[in-house]
Amino acid sequence: MSMMKIEVIDRRTFLIGAGASAATLAALSNLAHATPDQAAAFLAKLTGGAQPAEGKVKLVMPEIAENGATVPTEVSADSPMTEKDYCKSISIISTKNPKPHICTFHFTPRSGKAVAKIRVRMAETQEVWAVAQMSDGKWYIGKTTVKVTIGGCGG
Amino acid sequence: MSRKVSMNGRGRKRAAVVASLLLAAGLAGYGASSAMACDACKGKYEVDGRKSGYLFATKETQSIQDDDFINPGMLWVEKGRELWTKVEGEAGKSCASCHGEPESLRGVYPVYPKYDPKTEKLINIEQRINRCRTEQMKAKPWKWESEPLLAMTTLIGYVSRGLPMNVKIDGPAKPFFEKGKEFYFKRRGQLDMACKHCHYDFAGRYIRADLLSEGRGGGAFPAYRLKWQKIGSLHRRFKGCNKQIRAEPYKPGSDEYVNLELFVKWRSRGLPVEVPAVRR
Amino acid sequence: MAKARVKVPKTAKAGEIITIKTLIRHKMESGNRKDKKTGKLIPRHIIDKFTAKYNGEKFFWADWEGGVSANPYCSFTCKVDKSGEFEFIWHDEKGEEYTAKAKITVA
Repeated sequence: MSMMKIEVIDRRTFLIGAGASAATLAALSNLAHATPDQAAAFLAKLTGGAQPAEGKVKLVMPEIAENGATVPTEVSADSPMTEKDYCKSISIISTKNPKPHICTFHFTPRSGKAVAKIRVRMAETQEVWAVAQMSDGKWYIGKTTVKVTIGGCGG
Repeated sequence: MSRKVSMNGRGRKRAAVVASLLLAAGLAGYGASSAMACDACKGKYEVDGRKSGYLFATKETQSIQDDDFINPGMLWVEKGRELWTKVEGEAGKSCASCHGEPESLRGVYPVYPKYDPKTEKLINIEQRINRCRTEQMKAKPWKWESEPLLAMTTLIGYVSRGLPMNVKIDGPAKPFFEKGKEFYFKRRGQLDMACKHCHYDFAGRYIRADLLSEGRGGGAFPAYRLKWQKIGSLHRRFKGCNKQIRAEPYKPGSDEYVNLELFVKWRSRGLPVEVPAVRR
Repeated sequence: MAKARVKVPKTAKAGEIITIKTLIRHKMESGNRKDKKTGKLIPRHIIDKFTAKYNGEKFFWADWEGGVSANPYCSFTCKVDKSGEFEFIWHDEKGEEYTAKAKITVA
């Protein structure tokens, strides 16, 4: 049955399908999007040029987001959260959204843990960064990739 | 078989559209973290083989619905409670004047739409709310998809949460049910597709990146859709579906959509009221 | 209308790290969306700052941009040592502030 359906696809039908996808993509991409370079520039500004080390900070997002408008996100940093040694902040940076900076959480030893959850917007499939600053001034980075499904039956 | 092979041009086009959508779907949807594989979590969301849209959502989306606190749809339930006691209209009444607590209306949501002898057609929850407003409160009806009407409908649904959907389709409701059923199976729009093509023939398969549900959203709406970033009505969803197959949508609250609502709610019979559900 | 919801445990043990959940009703208009009818950009209107205080001590705060979803949900933790009150403040970039409070008993 399905074999037969595939047999009868003609060129015109494929063009209809392609047209629809192109229209959807055009509608979604008619705005200037940030590039990984802009994200890197934002990062450099944030850290004052310091190169963050990999590790200590974790970014948890779904591998595939059903809808880019609401993507559950969790950030955390490995820190004892004492007066002498704590995580001061974690920023979430997008490499493909219209703006690289999504949000920054600020913590204190009173926080007990450097962990926060939020829901964010992802314009398209992309790499996302979490950048943490510790009380000793050192910077750390964690990365993840989120696939955003576009063009199904949004309605 | 031979008949199908010698399909006329129109038939070929139809089949090809469906096939190309599904083909693209298979590729794009590969690897999505669907909850369909999880038998243990089906629980109350599957009744006699009928599956709620909940089971077609990813676990992240399900988890937003599962926790009343993080479910943003609950904000509309709260707004509904505020409106419940708000006196409006010339009669100087609020909903509470006649109904007491909203919980007194538990059991109302699962039986709507139902036949209304007064207009000799179906009446759904939104229309019932507005009738209370115009006739009992002597207040202005709320506009379809307006914040207050969505909030009140969400509240009415919420107080019936967990009850099984149970609309009547016999007696005077029968002709309207038949019309709704006809709508569901009738091809329409430039893509020449019926509701049933996606939500009956190909439920559980991918259309491009989306997993097709069985279209049993009877107990879910008003639902918080991630795409809408707010609560919306079942009729808004119908409109979206109709536009997607490039058909001229009907107006929310139209006879066509209320009849279709009865059919969809019958398809959802036995499934629990989930309002406010969370969907993609 | 009550725009905000907060969830704080009613009781906790001294030294315990509790989880706090907050949710507020807000469009978080990003400024990147176009009006479908006019084709013009819809001006940005977001909550740009969120602050949490425990007995007056600002212990957690956040800067938000248009990339935060509508009806923002935010959860975080606090190490509690005495009974008291939490205060949460959402600052809208148009200058409005929404606050919510919650009490906790620490044994």
